[in-house]
Amino acid sequence: MIADLRRRIAWGVALGVLAVGLSVALSCALGAQPVSPWAALRGREPDAAIVLQLRLPRALLAALVGAALAGAGVALQALLRNVLAEPYVLGVAGGAALGGSLVILAATAAAQALGAGAVLLSHDVPVALGAMAGAAASAVLVFGLARARGRTSPETALLFGVVFNAFVLGVITLLRVLVPPEQAARLTYWLVGTIAYQGPEGLGAGAVAVGAALGLLFAFTGRLNLLTLADEEAASLGVEVDRTRAWVFFGASAATGAAVALGGMIGFVGLIVPHLVRRATGPDHRVLLPASALFGAAFVVLADALARVLFLPLGTEPPVGAVTAFLGGPFFFWLLRRAVRAEAGGAA
Amino acid sequence: MSADGSGPIVEARAVSFRYGRTVALEEASLVARQGEFVGLLGPNGAGKSTLVRLAAGLLSPGAGTVRLAGLDPARAPRRQVARLCAFVPQEPRVGGALTVRDAVMMGRAPHQGLLSLPGPFDRGAVEGALQACDLAHLADRRVDALSGGERRRVFFARALAQEPRVLLFDEPTAFLDLGHQVAAMRMAQTAARGGLCVVAVLHDLNLAAAACDRLVVLSRGRVVAEGPPAAVLTAERVREVWGLPVWRGENAKTGAPVVLPEV
Repeated sequence: MIADLRRRIAWGVALGVLAVGLSVALSCALGAQPVSPWAALRGREPDAAIVLQLRLPRALLAALVGAALAGAGVALQALLRNVLAEPYVLGVAGGAALGGSLVILAATAAAQALGAGAVLLSHDVPVALGAMAGAAASAVLVFGLARARGRTSPETALLFGVVFNAFVLGVITLLRVLVPPEQAARLTYWLVGTIAYQGPEGLGAGAVAVGAALGLLFAFTGRLNLLTLADEEAASLGVEVDRTRAWVFFGASAATGAAVALGGMIGFVGLIVPHLVRRATGPDHRVLLPASALFGAAFVVLADALARVLFLPLGTEPPVGAVTAFLGGPFFFWLLRRAVRAEAGGAA
Repeated sequence: MSADGSGPIVEARAVSFRYGRTVALEEASLVARQGEFVGLLGPNGAGKSTLVRLAAGLLSPGAGTVRLAGLDPARAPRRQVARLCAFVPQEPRVGGALTVRDAVMMGRAPHQGLLSLPGPFDRGAVEGALQACDLAHLADRRVDALSGGERRRVFFARALAQEPRVLLFDEPTAFLDLGHQVAAMRMAQTAARGGLCVVAVLHDLNLAAAACDRLVVLSRGRVVAEGPPAAVLTAERVREVWGLPVWRGENAKTGAPVVLPEV
């Protein structure tokens, strides 16, 4: 109950950190080349290089992406007042991919017109900013289109998001022929959702962006609880409803944009993880959001490790987005079916 | 000038409001003091709900002024308004999975910091509100497991936990059986006796006449009568405003007016 709220937050965070630690350790131990963790920690090569320079950065990248997507999922679910909301399903991840792609396209065009110096524009930071702007624009668009007379229809928003994703898929497929081959490969990775190698600077910048976005969302969790009430109730309990919603939109878009810039469109993380975590923590966002972010991190780290290990005998490696979609698609159908049944039963 | 407790705490002066082209209120005024239970009466569409929302600062008047303890509630920071005034809509939304205690704790939000971490003061206010609304034995139950009448008490308790000086209700008795209607009116009366200013939109004329200190009657966006129940609820006025011939009598025990429509 409320009396031990601080303890519940502490428990959620402690268990989440433990899950992240275990999953990262597991991910570092698994892969094509068998390594000894002890040898790696003692600095013996090649184990140390494999673990510390290849697997650990990759696991940390997966953790960042997972934390951002799960945190954004919780925030979007609160805004839409519907547990089916999620950055991928709502088209926010698609908007991020589109925003980032457009920056890459602009960089290509600028490079042709102005010379090679303009290629700087296609570096990580401008692309990530483009992804964040794209995420914010699509979030505003999807919620705006689904809103009529002060009420947001979750069904309309979800439908719009799905169609918007299909649109983005088409546009990015077209864009791929307009940019240089190495950038085209990047766009392909984005569409399927891939955790690839990132250097320390990329990881550091990603950590700052994801940390800031999640920190902002966490600061709003008390007010998010009140926003699950009707707007005028939240307002009469002291919430500046429009301003709060705008900030949460901003935080969720920034988190999604950062996640897409780092790992592409990895779907359903923001759906599966908050749903399972909510069963343990209850609906209070002050516990739910930090715990979901941490378990989301662990989830994507494990999904990435799974993608790496399961297909080892075939000598290939499916993108992590395929693994989360394989798990998330059926999960989404199950949740949707349950919602439909609950609605039909609710009338009785 | 009005914050000293003797003057009116709710002051709406000649307010007008339109939804698009539809006129909801036309130069309506409402004044209420602390310790007073005021009932807002009128047929559907008379502008009652609009008037309480203006008083709560949830809507901003097209013309006229609204003051809540000297503050413009539509412009002041929501937190400041929320410490002054609680508003309970007709059908509040429930976070279904919340316990009763957690739902009532939401009323403490305007007094709490960033994450709304509750302190001993908040817990005291919540326990007091639970007691006052006869909910202490249900405190750990989930709100969505309660009956309609019990759930209504949860929202009342949430409003009390807010520790406001003004309580605004939009139809606190809607969809309740007679026993729960009377219980709701008694709670509102008790709050007013305790020094709060209570303003409620009501539909049951007899219940309003029995419980309220003062009645304000709206018709087509205008205030057409105002005063003590016995003076306001005449057979003539009910026929004019509601378009119904009624029998008008008096409760022999309390002296409250009673009106019965001739069906």
